[in-house]
Amino acid sequence: MTQQTPRSRLSAFEAAWVIARRDFVAVLFSRAFLFFLLGPLFPVIVGGLAGSIGGEVQREAVSFEVGLAMSPDDNAAMVAAGEGLAPQLGQALPLLRPVPEAAGDPAFDARAFMEARRGNYAAIVTGTLQSPTLVGTEPQIARWQGPVGLVAGHALAAEPTAFPSVAGEPVAISAASERTTRIQTAQIAQMLLFLLTMLLAGMVLSNLVEEKGNKIIEILAAAIPMDAVFMGKLFAMLAVSFVGIAVWGLAAFGLWSAGGDAITQVTGFDPANLPAPAVGWPLFIALGIIYFAMAYLLLGALFLTIGSMASSVREVQTLSMPVTMLQLMVFFLAAYTIKQPGSALEMAAIAFPLSSPFAMLARAAMEPELWTHALALAWQAFAVLVLVKGGSLLFRKRVMKSGGAGRDKRRKALKTA
Amino acid sequence: MAVSEQNLSGNLAEGFNAIPADGRPLAIEARGLVKSFDGTRAVDGVDISVPEGAIYGILGPNGAGKTTTLRMLLGIIDPDEGVRRVFGHDRPHDIGRLIGYLPEERGLYPSMKCVEAIAFMGALRGLPLKEGRKRAVELLERHGLGHAIDRQIRQLSKGMAQTVQLLGTLVHQPRLVVLDEPFSGLDAINQGKLEMMIRALADDGVTVIFSTHVIHHAERLCEGVAIIAGGKVPYAGSVEAARDRIPAQVRLETRAREGAWLSFLPPETRRNGDFLHFPLPESGIEPLLKGLIEGEAGILSLSIERAGLHDAFVAIAGEAAARQLQADSEGAAA
Repeated sequence: MTQQTPRSRLSAFEAAWVIARRDFVAVLFSRAFLFFLLGPLFPVIVGGLAGSIGGEVQREAVSFEVGLAMSPDDNAAMVAAGEGLAPQLGQALPLLRPVPEAAGDPAFDARAFMEARRGNYAAIVTGTLQSPTLVGTEPQIARWQGPVGLVAGHALAAEPTAFPSVAGEPVAISAASERTTRIQTAQIAQMLLFLLTMLLAGMVLSNLVEEKGNKIIEILAAAIPMDAVFMGKLFAMLAVSFVGIAVWGLAAFGLWSAGGDAITQVTGFDPANLPAPAVGWPLFIALGIIYFAMAYLLLGALFLTIGSMASSVREVQTLSMPVTMLQLMVFFLAAYTIKQPGSALEMAAIAFPLSSPFAMLARAAMEPELWTHALALAWQAFAVLVLVKGGSLLFRKRVMKSGGAGRDKRRKALKTA
Repeated sequence: MAVSEQNLSGNLAEGFNAIPADGRPLAIEARGLVKSFDGTRAVDGVDISVPEGAIYGILGPNGAGKTTTLRMLLGIIDPDEGVRRVFGHDRPHDIGRLIGYLPEERGLYPSMKCVEAIAFMGALRGLPLKEGRKRAVELLERHGLGHAIDRQIRQLSKGMAQTVQLLGTLVHQPRLVVLDEPFSGLDAINQGKLEMMIRALADDGVTVIFSTHVIHHAERLCEGVAIIAGGKVPYAGSVEAARDRIPAQVRLETRAREGAWLSFLPPETRRNGDFLHFPLPESGIEPLLKGLIEGEAGILSLSIERAGLHDAFVAIAGEAAARQLQADSEGAAA
């Protein structure tokens, strides 16, 4: 005699939440996570230090000084002309300094002086204002020939040249060039998205190894459905990733606040000059966060499934190579389509779930429509569910050695019993 | 669905595979469970029914199919064929809150504290974390592990970790507890404690089903057993009925070695040292005694022993399975 007890179980969401909460806390409060957080900061810090030291060394080593070995009057005229032109031309002009060794020495040999590696001049000017000669290496001559001629010409002028004041009137970017400039924003956003997913999604690969090694998977599988385990693990790692991104973002902000100008000077990149995306910066950033989550969940679901098939950490490491290649291919597909808006290839990149977040983020930079994002996000969310469901089924079948009869077959057996 | 339920339980109740339910509803019922791995049938047509509140043992040597059967009953794996029901549900996950499961291969997160590990296992079964922690502290203190509440699992001895996992199995107060080889790895004292815990659970109306290859545990604890050998269940029913399947054994010691009295002994008689062993004849002990006395056997001692579960196992599963069971049991003890 069987009496059916009322259902008494956790919902899929509750079950996933139990797993996610445990994994999140376990990862966040582990020592390894600290190293994980510091990992990407090492190259930034080392790069920053190397850059600043290198810059300093370069500033000291690369001389912008051009020596003057002309007559005292010509030297004075050249210095005065240089100073007169400096406000307009700035660093385009060399620093002009009379060579002390040449003062009062009519036999001064500039060539011998340079070859003897004396002084710290990029080049030395000899001759007269009417016919100056630049002594130096070929590259330095090529670099300073024009500016020195300009200074000499200015020194020869009877009256100092009057420079008119030039007013600035910025204009909005023209429609024709808008798309071209926004490509830069799209490319940078895609690259950032790729780097973050590559750095962070790989963590998921080894996520089930602990459970399998410790046989905890038996307890989990007995208590809750396997897709809830998968979903919980995915969201836990996504939350961990957001913590990582927040920490790195804060570190980057701090670094930028401390030495943004220097960074701009060294890298030649200033984010303030980035063209505004078509949907506007606030929405673009929001979409960036959502697409990161989607890219992470999609790749993560795939990685979790692949990783769950591995029986050891060594196998996981072996699997990481094809997985990285897959990430690269997805990125290249999306990156290739940036310059081909509306093409079949772009549509394919949007439709293929793994590249969809990358392609859509680029689209957000280029096109102002929003409904396409709603559609793409719904599609990506559906793909996440399918991948998680498929992954958990595969895991049950291949690893837990379950399946075979299938639910329908069992129900049929139940009816005929 | 109601029709099939009736058929399923009706068939089982009428067969020899059932233990008397005494009007109790069935906690577990399974019929014709089949599971193959890589073409090999690990479980081949298992029928089991366990009434609520019973202690039920699944008995068999290693590799007999005990764990696979339990995993199918719990929904960890699905059977290739057959039907299983737990509290009337063919999907055990639907009543996950009512089940506690201790797997054969123990599994805990090494970096978790004891209290958190128990609360987590409760949370998996729907117990709120806060309540789980409170109960975990109570359970740990009650079982002499109060000092280990905040210790990480990796810092515990094997026996302590096993106790923690068992407490995690019970923290949400399940109505059905499934224990896969719960005695393996425990010393004699802890085995005794575990037996007491299992009895206490049954006293509270909890159904306990456990697998073991040590017959004594099953004999001491179980109301019913299923004997598994080679993936099949040659017997499932009450322990009493299993023992009754073979006649009582007579143990006889005589002064005389030869004589006419020997003709009164049944052909199955075996000599073991000074003792003769044979099944009690169907005619009873009186005619035999008369024959022995008249035949001048010189009876030194005679005892009638009811068959034990081990004898029943030998009779039901065969000598080979019994020898393997004995070897497994000795291996586990070593």
